[in-house]
Amino acid sequence: MPLQVPDNYQEGTSTIHGLDPRVKVAAVVMFVLSVNLIPEGDWFMFLLFWIGVWGLIRVAGVGVFEVLKRSVVALPFVLAAIVIPFTLPGRPLFALPLVGWEVTEPGLIRFLTILLRFGMAVQMAVLLTRVTRFPDIIWALRGLRLPPSLVTVIGLMYRYFFVIGDEALRMRRARSARSASLPGGRRPSALWQTKVVGLMVGSLFLRALGRSERIHAAMLSRGYDGSPRLLSSFRMGFVDWLVLGFFGMLVLTLLVWRLG
Amino acid sequence: MSCLLTITDLSYAYPDGHSALKEISLHIGPGEKVGLVGSNGAGKSTLLLHLNGILQGSGEIEVDGNLVVPENLGSIRSAVGLVFQDPDDQLFSPTVFEDVAFGPLYMGLPEEEVRRRVAAALESVGMEGRSRRVPHRMSLGEKKLVSIATVLAMKPRMLALDEPTAALDARSRRRLTRVLQQLEETIVVATHDLSLVSEVLERTVVLDDGRIVADGPTRSILSDSQFLRDHGLV
Ligand SMILES: Nc1ncnc2c1ncn2[C@@H]1O[C@H](COP(=O)(O)OP(=O)(O)O)[C@@H](O)[C@H]1O
Ligand SMILES: [Mg+2]
Repeated sequence: MPLQVPDNYQEGTSTIHGLDPRVKVAAVVMFVLSVNLIPEGDWFMFLLFWIGVWGLIRVAGVGVFEVLKRSVVALPFVLAAIVIPFTLPGRPLFALPLVGWEVTEPGLIRFLTILLRFGMAVQMAVLLTRVTRFPDIIWALRGLRLPPSLVTVIGLMYRYFFVIGDEALRMRRARSARSASLPGGRRPSALWQTKVVGLMVGSLFLRALGRSERIHAAMLSRGYDGSPRLLSSFRMGFVDWLVLGFFGMLVLTLLVWRLG
Repeated sequence: MSCLLTITDLSYAYPDGHSALKEISLHIGPGEKVGLVGSNGAGKSTLLLHLNGILQGSGEIEVDGNLVVPENLGSIRSAVGLVFQDPDDQLFSPTVFEDVAFGPLYMGLPEEEVRRRVAAALESVGMEGRSRRVPHRMSLGEKKLVSIATVLAMKPRMLALDEPTAALDARSRRRLTRVLQQLEETIVVATHDLSLVSEVLERTVVLDDGRIVADGPTRSILSDSQFLRDHGLV
C-alpha cells in the first residue's frame, strides 16, 4: 500500500481492549467533560487525573511514550492559546527578555490549565484509537445514537480515505513522469503549474463523484433504503457497566461540586 | 423451459444521448451459466445494471416472474445479486463482516440468520476467517472473492458478475475460476476473458455495440475465430 497512514490500533488482550466500544467512546467523552470541570489552577486535582490517565495507559498495555508521541500532532492547536499569559489582566509576574512582554499571574494559570486539560483529553483520545478498531468506533457512534447519516459519512470517509488517497498519488506520479525537462530548457511558469494542480484537483473531484455514484448503486443493489441497520456486535457486560458508572459518577461529582 | 430471466426488446440510451443497448431480447433458465462477452464499450455493464433496476430502459425485464418496475425493486434486488467490477465500489463498509452482512440485514433477516449466512458465504469463496479484515488492507484477488460473498449471502436466484477476473494475476484468477465452477446458482458473467468463459460458462451471448450478435453454446461460438475477430474479441 503506497499511502502510509498507519492505523493507530494495536492488538491487545487487556480489559480495556475488551470493553464495549460504546463504553469506551462514552467514557472518553465523560472524561473530557470532567477535565473541563476541574477548577482553574487546582494543580492537585490535575495531578490526580494525570495519574489516572497514565494508569489507564498502563492497564491497556500501551507505552506512555507511544501515546505522548502520537499526541504531538495536536500541539499546534495549543498555539492558539499562547497569547493568554500576556493578555489576561492581573498581577504581572515577569517580563519576557528581549521583547519585554509581561506575563500575568492569572494569564499563566489559565494557560497552564488549558494545556493540562487539552493534553489529557488528547491522550485519552489517542488511547481510545490505540485500543479500539476504527470500525468498532464507528459502530459505537451508531450505537450511541449519533445521527445515522453523519455516522455513514464517517464510515465512508474511513473506507475511502485510502482509495482516494491512492488515486491522488497515482495522478501525481503520472504527472511527474511526464514533467521531463531538457538541460537549459525553461521551467514552466508558476501560473501554468498552478493551473495544472487546479486541474488535477478538479479531476480528482470528478473521479470521487463517479465513485460515489457507483457506491450508491452498489448499496441500492443490496437493498439499501437509507435507514440505518445495525448488528449488535457487542453486549454490555458487568465490567462495561462498572466503567460506564465510574465515569458517570466522576462527571456528576465534579458537576455537583462546582455548582454547589 | 421456465425462464428465470426474460428480457424483451430492451433499449437504453444514457442521458448524454449515447445509445448503449439496442433491442436486446434474452431468456435465461434456472441453473444456466451464461457468459456475456463483448469488447470494451459493447454494453455489458449497462445491461447488468438493468437486471436489478439500477438503470431502467424501454422494454420489459422479468426476473423469476416479477417485472422489474419500481414497485418490485425490493424483491428484485434480493433475487439478483449484482457484483460490480471494481471491488472498491462493491465493498463500501468498514469491515468484511459488515459488508457481507449488509445485504442480509436489509432483507430483514434475524440476526442469527445473518451471522450464519455471512459465515457460509465467506466459506464458499474460501475467505473464512477474514471477517474482521478491513478492505483497504486486502489484495485485489481477496477483494474480488469477498465481493462475490457479499451477494451469495443474500441467496439470490441469480448472480450477475461484472468482469470478475479483470486485472487479476494468474493465481487469483485460477482461484476465482474454481469458486465460480463450484457455485450452483444461475450465473451471468460479463467479461472479455474468453478462457474464463470456456472454463466455466456453457452458454455465450455476444454483445457488440449494444446489440446481441450471437447466442449459443460456448464451444461453437468460441470455435469461430473469424466471428470472434469481427467482433473484437480476439
Ligand atoms: N455513465 C455513462 N454516461 C454516458 N455513456 C456511458 C456511461 N457509461 C457507459 N457509457 C457508454 O455506454 C457504452 C457501453 O458501456 P458499458 O456498458 O460500460 O460497456 P462494457 O461494460 O461492455 O465495456 C459505452 O460506449 C460507454 O462509453
Ligand atoms: Mg464494463
